[in-house]
Amino acid sequence: MDYTPTQSGFRQQPNMRQRNSSADGLEGSQLFEDTSGAAHGLQTGNQQAGPQAAGFTGQSILSDPMSNLAMAYGSSLASQGREMVDKNLDRFIPISKMKYYFAVDTVYVGKKLGLLVFPYMHENWEVRYQQDTPVAPRFDVNAPDLYIPAMGFITYVLVAGLALGTQNRFSPELLGVQASSAFVWLIMEVLAVLLSLYLVTANTDLTTIDLLAFSGYKYVGMIIGVVAGLLFGRPAYYLSLLWCCAAIFVFMIRTLRLKLLSDAAAEGRLVRGTRNQLRMYLTMSIAAAQPIFMYWLTYHLIR
Amino acid sequence: MAFTLYSLIQTAILCINAIAVLHEERFLSKFGFGVEQGVGGFGDDPGVKAQVLSLIRSVRTVMRVPLILVNSASIVLLLLFG
Repeated sequence: MDYTPTQSGFRQQPNMRQRNSSADGLEGSQLFEDTSGAAHGLQTGNQQAGPQAAGFTGQSILSDPMSNLAMAYGSSLASQGREMVDKNLDRFIPISKMKYYFAVDTVYVGKKLGLLVFPYMHENWEVRYQQDTPVAPRFDVNAPDLYIPAMGFITYVLVAGLALGTQNRFSPELLGVQASSAFVWLIMEVLAVLLSLYLVTANTDLTTIDLLAFSGYKYVGMIIGVVAGLLFGRPAYYLSLLWCCAAIFVFMIRTLRLKLLSDAAAEGRLVRGTRNQLRMYLTMSIAAAQPIFMYWLTYHLIR
Repeated sequence: MAFTLYSLIQTAILCINAIAVLHEERFLSKFGFGVEQGVGGFGDDPGVKAQVLSLIRSVRTVMRVPLILVNSASIVLLLLFG
């Protein structure tokens, strides 16, 4: 049987009302007896088949035209609502563009994590293009993705809760406070970078989501620092945080250099001119803001 | 450190208010951001000062009416709920 749960709900209401009107003024036990028997057997059968439902093509055991009409109306309303939600959601959050950032696989994630912690040996930092569109992160380790930042953010909130718990400062509201304050810092950082990119008139192809991805990569270093601090104490926290800060600094500079600076300056030759100088300062400050944030968001967790 | 999303909204409203109240004649002219020195350069390098100027002007133009609405709403809400 292919009944959906809504159908059993729809079906119940008219029958209950009919039975109520016929047995008017009686006590509650009468209602219970009324729904046992034929209707009850069908009802349990429907509820068992409900979770196994696949579509709306069901056998119409019930010959109630009202419920058929109600079911058809409900299904059309649901599909209309879903279309409207999809259309409006696509206007605010570009779902198709986001899919590009989550097209990752295990090999990419492993390589990228290694690159975030040890970027000194990597030679070629350019993103490969395929007919004007950047290649998906699955095929190119230099492409930005949103999987690692998203997972890193969630892990950071959990590790922060763990760290606060070891100091007996934990309460469930603190998880929400940590999450929202880290999120607010992330948004402010992305907005600040966007503003400074606008002021410097850098013609780049960096989208907002790219900036979000780059700002989210520092959560990996923060997690490593906090976990090391939890396991081995404060010196380990400072050492690992120092290492991760340096790594993120080099990573950001090498990644942003190709995107922000002009081609000549990106290759290392000294190009004069205030424009390139401004862009170089901008790259440096974006990269330098990462270690500051990493320290700011984790120092209160290790005491 | 306990930032909430609500404080972010508050910050945004306050910052946009601050940009919107900068008066051109009385204040910005003293810093050389006046109306006369418009965005003359159509070259490919407007420079930071021209960008800041156009940012202030566009914020003022675009956000004038929404700011009135948002400020009135927040005044009413703060009066009601403290």
